[in-house]
Amino acid sequence: MMLQEVTPDTFGYMLFGYGVILGTMALFVLSLVNRFRNLRKDLELLEEIKHSGAKTENS
Amino acid sequence: MQPMPKTLKILNGVTAVLLLVALCLVFLYAPREAIMGDVQRVFYFHVSAGWVGGLAFLVTAVAGVIYLIRRQSRWDLLAVASVEIGIVFTFINIASGSIWARPAWNTWWTWDPRLVTATIMELLYVAYLMLRQGIDDPDRRARFGSVYGLAAFLSVPITFLSIRFFRTIHPVVIGSNDPSAQGAFDMTPRMLQAFLFSLLTFTFVYVTLVWHRVRLGRLAEQVEQRKMEMLTA
Repeated sequence: MMLQEVTPDTFGYMLFGYGVILGTMALFVLSLVNRFRNLRKDLELLEEIKHSGAKTENS
Repeated sequence: MQPMPKTLKILNGVTAVLLLVALCLVFLYAPREAIMGDVQRVFYFHVSAGWVGGLAFLVTAVAGVIYLIRRQSRWDLLAVASVEIGIVFTFINIASGSIWARPAWNTWWTWDPRLVTATIMELLYVAYLMLRQGIDDPDRRARFGSVYGLAAFLSVPITFLSIRFFRTIHPVVIGSNDPSAQGAFDMTPRMLQAFLFSLLTFTFVYVTLVWHRVRLGRLAEQVEQRKMEMLTA
């Protein structure tokens, strides 16, 4: 009888690999969203301070 | 901050669809490799991530040269944005390669020329971001970034060619393999189609992400500008 090579079960490694690939991409996208949100808040706050400063000067 | 351009909105949708189709091709269309089994499917996104890493660092080098000639801050913004994306995708490339290597080479890590050169390349660009942080003057920071980005780009062809110049166990995708390469395989037409589609998809992912990252950079510049205006007022 001829020896047959059996395909190894590496399904777990594949899942782990794609988990890392897609997880890292998702984390990067989330970090972009988070940084956008923080910068928008900063900009709004700066605008508020600028306007309240201008009002105090006028009064 | 300007609202998101319509082209970018369309690009977001196209990229998401392409990513879904690429995943379907990888998991459902491409056949299972007989020697390595399912883990071979990591190859499609592993190589595509490496491609995005190299492309991103190339864009950084080119944007650096244009900045040095024109001295426009938008080129520096593009260079930084591209480095950040290049670092993320090179990390994906190294990490997924390590996961593939465990069943293929029976180890998570080995001091192979490709793995070492890729890691040095990654660290060079991490240093790029860290060193930039230490420079306050925007013009000096941009000039430094441009020159550094150009010099660091030398690591990209070295990494790419390392498996062709040195004796290595890393398989060569394009061209002939070293006889000592472990984990090499012949691509069937379906595997090749899934691979080429993954490369195209990741190119779209890169363009989409870099556009968003440049917009983020512009917003950060706007905030800095307002802060300076308030301090000087």
